[in-house]
Amino acid sequence: MKAHTDKTYDVQLEDLRNKLLTLGGKVETEIANSMRALTERDSKLAEMVVSQDREVNRLEIEIDEACRRLLVLRQPAASDLRFITTALKIVVDLERIGDLAVNIAERALDLNQSPPMKPIHDLSKLADLGQRQVRAALDAFVEADPAKAEAVIKDDDLLDSIYHNLVNELLALMMEDPRNIRRANSLLFVAKHLERLGDHATNVAEMVIYMVRGTDVRHPGSRR
Amino acid sequence: MKSLARRRAVNWLMTGLCALALSAALVPLVSLLWLVISRGFAGLSWSFFTAIPAPVGETGGGVGNAIAGTLYVVGIACLIGVPIGVGAGVYLAERGDTRFGDSIRFTAEVLSGVPSIVVGIVAYGLVVLPMRRFSALAGGVALAVLMVPTLARSTEELIRLVPGSLREASLALGVPQWRTSLRIVLRTALGGIMTAILLSVARAAGETAPLLFTSLNNQFWNWRPDQPTASLTVQIFNYAVSPYPEWHDKAWSSALVLLLLVGALSLMGRWASRKKFR
Amino acid sequence: MQKLAAPKIEVKALNAWFKQNHALRNVSLTVPENSVLAIIGPSGCGKSTFVRCLNRMHELVPGARQSGKVLVDGQDLHARRVDPVNLRRRVGMVFQRPNPFPTMSIFDNVVAGLKLNGVHGDYPQLVESSLRQAALWDEVKDRLRHSALSLSGGQQQRLCIARALAVEPEVLLMDEPASALDPIATARIEELIRELRESLTIVIVTHNMQQAARVSDATAFFYMGELIEHGSTEQIFTNPREPRTEDYVTGKFG
Repeated sequence: MKAHTDKTYDVQLEDLRNKLLTLGGKVETEIANSMRALTERDSKLAEMVVSQDREVNRLEIEIDEACRRLLVLRQPAASDLRFITTALKIVVDLERIGDLAVNIAERALDLNQSPPMKPIHDLSKLADLGQRQVRAALDAFVEADPAKAEAVIKDDDLLDSIYHNLVNELLALMMEDPRNIRRANSLLFVAKHLERLGDHATNVAEMVIYMVRGTDVRHPGSRR
Repeated sequence: MKSLARRRAVNWLMTGLCALALSAALVPLVSLLWLVISRGFAGLSWSFFTAIPAPVGETGGGVGNAIAGTLYVVGIACLIGVPIGVGAGVYLAERGDTRFGDSIRFTAEVLSGVPSIVVGIVAYGLVVLPMRRFSALAGGVALAVLMVPTLARSTEELIRLVPGSLREASLALGVPQWRTSLRIVLRTALGGIMTAILLSVARAAGETAPLLFTSLNNQFWNWRPDQPTASLTVQIFNYAVSPYPEWHDKAWSSALVLLLLVGALSLMGRWASRKKFR
Repeated sequence: MQKLAAPKIEVKALNAWFKQNHALRNVSLTVPENSVLAIIGPSGCGKSTFVRCLNRMHELVPGARQSGKVLVDGQDLHARRVDPVNLRRRVGMVFQRPNPFPTMSIFDNVVAGLKLNGVHGDYPQLVESSLRQAALWDEVKDRLRHSALSLSGGQQQRLCIARALAVEPEVLLMDEPASALDPIATARIEELIRELRESLTIVIVTHNMQQAARVSDATAFFYMGELIEHGSTEQIFTNPREPRTEDYVTGKFG
């Protein structure tokens, strides 16, 4: 990558990239921890996830400020413009993923008050795929790899189908035994959060394709 | 702090030396003016400006015809010299970047260094001899030859000073080259050219040697170009070398008149340039 | 820009030289009618040379040559029966530094193009309409007989634009028209360009990329005498195809 004539500009862009990667890493850890808190019934871990979300929010604000400053001071064009506008958009998705992890952690805290349910296979499958989607989307961004991003977009269908299976399974559990309703309902929420997580990962992937190729692939059905 | 005081001292010293040099330069000018005014003022009168010289022995008379003669001969010189000089300058500026142009410039340089008396003799040979008489025309020719080189160089400089952007603006509007040169470039340089003309007129009015062999002198009024004509400079010369003390006084007064005339022309030149250049 | 506008200007395999210096190499592009083309590129890339080939000002420089075709409305500018002086009335030009004629008043400056060519007409009417088009009328209507030099830099530039408009050109070439002006004057000139687009075709050379992005429909990037890329302004500035364009536009040059 050729360097800008003004080296400070390169430094500022690198700084922005690092902030985004840090945010991505933190968010990934949050999800992993919240799922562990759920499956291992670790309330302490869940509480840690909730309190550490503050750092994620702080990073979001920093990244927004950095982007605004770059926009007004540098009037970026072409690839720089696409990178900075991508950063502005994916920071929203990443922060939302963090919020979803917090929601899952809160559900874990709630579930840990009640006796454990039998492990549900689809839930761990959904959680695994969700986390892998987030990781893949972030990798695509770091490596500026549109092929990886396209894979994430495709796999969202798989994630949606696992989600639907899980919902059916949980509904069956609830109909089986009314004593399961409260806990199964909580797990329904968790499933919903994981499905939303996948959507946000897909959003990130779509923005990565725009950043690299300059084509906007969002909402193909709504285009004329 | 010490170096500041020292620098101030050196500053004062240098300023003082410059002022001294200025005074030294002004001394000849001031003494000249003083001399001419003090010796010549007494002789000035209305008749001095308007009458022709009186014969030897009689009192009175004036340099009226000499003033008119100077203006007449210089006028002829302008009619000949200004079109040639300004025209040459325009040519050199517009199309003079050639060997031919360089040779013209070189010739002008050489010509401007030729002593005025030599120019007078040449005019004698070229005009007086074929015409078999001294004439105002010959004087005009001699003075014109003196005017042309400086006018050409000044005009060329002035036209080159006109920014190329004005020329471009005119061409871009669809104005042909020759009209651009004439109505835009020349017009813009006109103020400076007027000044240059007035200054060379002032110089020509002060020449003596070339007129000695060409327009000679005349004790009467003359408006014919083919006759000898009086001029202030030659008149001063004649008065000064004569043996009569009254005529010496007349010489001083004539010198004063000449100074006034040349001064007036120079001032006009300055006034013209101040008005046209904003 | 969906209308099928006929190309107002067509350039085919244009080459230009200053003595031995090959300033433009094989440039080809078209400019649709009633559009604005911005020409960008680093110093010495041939932008000004290119634009001066469009109104045959290039050939006025001693030692200058060109080859290739330049067509306006399908007519070859170098055809035998084309009078370059007349051509420059159809293709007008505004320069980088405002250059009003210093010995003339504002009024005389505006009609200079007509007066100097002996074209008669309703001068006062023409002066008013040209000055209105150049967005200068209100500021100078009470002092039309004053010297042109009494105006500020931005006003002088608008005066030069009015002067160029008075001869009713079809194409207006602008060589960095706002580079000598302050931001407010620049903004006025840019707005003017957008308005003029309705009646003229405009080609503007600019050093300022943001300006190119603001005023133009299409942009052409020149480098070392070659046309590197030519496309819609939006595409050039958000997703250029050529790596050199990308480098220039993002500031990776030099």
